[in-house]
Amino acid sequence: MTHAAVAASAMRPPFPAERGVDVYNKKLGMWVFLGSEVMFFTALIGSYVILRFGAPGPWALPGKVLNIPVTAFNTFLLICSSVSMVKAYAAIANGDQKWLKIWFGLTILCGAGFVAVQAYEYTHLIHHGFLPSGYRDGSELAELAAANPVMYGQAVAGLYGSTFFTMTGFHGFHVTCGVISMLYLYVTRVLPGKYTKDDHAGVEVVGLYWHFVDLVWIILFTIVYLI
Amino acid sequence: MTTAAAPHAAPHAGHAPMGFWRKYIFSTDHKIIGIQFLFVSLFFLLVGGFLAMQIRWQLGFPGRPMPGGGILPETMAPGGVILPEYYIQLVTMHGTFMVFFAIMPLLVGVFANFLIPLKLGAHDMAFPRINMWSFWTAFLAGMIMLAGFFVPDGAARAGWTSYAPLSARPDLSGASYGQMLWCISLVCLGLSSILGSLNYITTVINNRAPGMTWFRMPLSVWALFITAILGLLALPVLSGAAIMLLFDQTIGTHFFDPAAGGQALLWQHLFWFFGHPEVYILILPAMGMVSDIIANGSRKPIFGYHSMVFAIVGIAFLGWMVWGHHMFVSGMNPTLGSTFMVSTLIIAVPSAIKVFNWMGTMWRGNLHFHVPMLNAVGFVAMFVIGGLSGIYMAATPLDMFIHDTYFIVAHIHYVLFGGSLFALFGAITYWYPKMFGRVMSERWGKIHFWLTLLFYNCTFFPMHIYGMGGAMRRIYDPTQYDFLRPYQPLNQFITISAFLLFATQLIFFVNFWWSLFKGKKAEQNPWHDNGLEWTLPSPAPHGNWERVPTVYRGPYEFSSPEVAEDYLPQTRKLPTDREPVLAPVAGA
Repeated sequence: MTHAAVAASAMRPPFPAERGVDVYNKKLGMWVFLGSEVMFFTALIGSYVILRFGAPGPWALPGKVLNIPVTAFNTFLLICSSVSMVKAYAAIANGDQKWLKIWFGLTILCGAGFVAVQAYEYTHLIHHGFLPSGYRDGSELAELAAANPVMYGQAVAGLYGSTFFTMTGFHGFHVTCGVISMLYLYVTRVLPGKYTKDDHAGVEVVGLYWHFVDLVWIILFTIVYLI
Repeated sequence: MTTAAAPHAAPHAGHAPMGFWRKYIFSTDHKIIGIQFLFVSLFFLLVGGFLAMQIRWQLGFPGRPMPGGGILPETMAPGGVILPEYYIQLVTMHGTFMVFFAIMPLLVGVFANFLIPLKLGAHDMAFPRINMWSFWTAFLAGMIMLAGFFVPDGAARAGWTSYAPLSARPDLSGASYGQMLWCISLVCLGLSSILGSLNYITTVINNRAPGMTWFRMPLSVWALFITAILGLLALPVLSGAAIMLLFDQTIGTHFFDPAAGGQALLWQHLFWFFGHPEVYILILPAMGMVSDIIANGSRKPIFGYHSMVFAIVGIAFLGWMVWGHHMFVSGMNPTLGSTFMVSTLIIAVPSAIKVFNWMGTMWRGNLHFHVPMLNAVGFVAMFVIGGLSGIYMAATPLDMFIHDTYFIVAHIHYVLFGGSLFALFGAITYWYPKMFGRVMSERWGKIHFWLTLLFYNCTFFPMHIYGMGGAMRRIYDPTQYDFLRPYQPLNQFITISAFLLFATQLIFFVNFWWSLFKGKKAEQNPWHDNGLEWTLPSPAPHGNWERVPTVYRGPYEFSSPEVAEDYLPQTRKLPTDREPVLAPVAGA
């Protein structure tokens, strides 16, 4: 028996009611971790708000640089993946292996789809000349901005690029991490049928993370794309 | 007393023996991880000390070749004479190493890991593997930071606070790789701290032994728990800021570059929004461990246990709304400055509660001045001086005058060296028997304490006077300024004291290493303390407990009339004690 197994079996016996909150360690740990994630995105989003309000010129109008319909579809995809995550959790809470596999797999597909659409969006934007440092000289966007400096926020294009790519990039990174962990759980736990009606902590914990990432995206989509 | 009854229990009885790598290098045992942190952060403490000695040489004897400086390359100190470019690296890296890689891991990495499971009666942390990752990420961060000295143009040059736009633009700072490594290293360190903190928080909430209620927890655990919350919420802000700074340096973003619409003040706000909670990360664990040691050395229950807990919580809460006091001269709105002044001054209240409670604990106690106690009392005394000079600089009008002078340098060293480091010398000596099974030399510990106290005050107290005289911090050559020239003898006195202070620390290092192999074998409970860790053999075995102990009282029952000894362990069941109420365990 390994040490971890010894420790785990000894930790299981009953503890007094005063001992802690009625939440198991992995779930509590994820909640605590999400607390730090909130602060991380707060730093990025807060900087965006401060830079945008203190900017020396007007921001580009919504839809001028970014492709809102594509991203709206992407937002829809991510929200759908949150729904399928809930369905996957509900399935295994009833001990339903078949629907766990279907819904969990759909969640991974939607998540991977989101990352793919974001990758397409990035290549598209960079091709048109939108970079973290602003509009690339001589690009299509730079010419449009020279013709309509107010509509394209030419004076603050550098800030626009900085905040846009940093915020959406780190969100995309979080989604990617989520997809990879879900894929790992899918191969090692879901497909072999290791989750049961009584023991499905992994689905619940990764689900918490997934909903958080979804929530962050709804905020980002609103403040970066729509206003 | 079920747990103390089995001191002979073979530590590896229940499971296969592990190889060297799994046991000591990639260990998931919280005690080994704590000891790993101890060795690594003592190494960085030494590195930071070496950098400080070079700073002091330059300030005391500017332009003179440094003894032994000839081994440094031409780009740093040709012929042993320190160059201005190297001097600013020294100042930057001394601060960075001491804050992020010496004091912070010594307090949190070492003692949160070592003490929390032992003092709460857990077998290990809630997530042992994440704990291992936390150590190795911190180690990686330290190596990345150290690598700065070996890349072209040398280490970071923008000060430990890395103010933008100097830090954001390599053409201004003159160090491109060094600045990038600084950012990458701090992002890694932030990740390490977050992983550590979520472990500590979960363990404290969920893995306490039966009967270990919130208000039976030792104050060291309370302090480490609150510190973990601060770290959890503050470090991601630093990581976010460091990532933005890194992007400014590498992929051409403009967050902190005013020339392109960015805001230099944004960096200061982000840095100090992290930085002020960080100040309490660097002192609260010290306060907690000092509380444990002072109660033990006074053989009395801690005075005002509940008020101590609420003071810790109060300091941590107020610590979030005072960051602007680092920025009084930044051009911030003066009205906003006064709110920061008021919130800062309010922190003096919980701090004073703690100081008076320590004195109340010692008052008419049966004082035992063992080495940890001496260091703990030294902590209280030095913290009072550092705390009072803190009130000076919290007042905006006065801070306008002393900002960025040696007065600030004196203050930070009074709270970080006089405060945290004295507490750490005490805490390391105190828990050394439980870590290594041997006791550090009492005599050399006392010699080290008294010499440190003397040379420490000779080094840092005159800096108050020097700062009031207008000496700016981070200047390369003080003799360039007419108004500072009369202070040069004082500066040389500080430098010589600093060298003696550094030499004194070698006593500690030698004592530490000598005791590791040749020290007296430790008893199970050498300090006659009540905590759960003292019911285990020294060193504590792998997995800690055969059976989780039951706790019947708080940790400070010294000189109780109910028992003949002057201490009453938390696990000892008196006829009047009731068993804790059991409830069903949480699902999954």
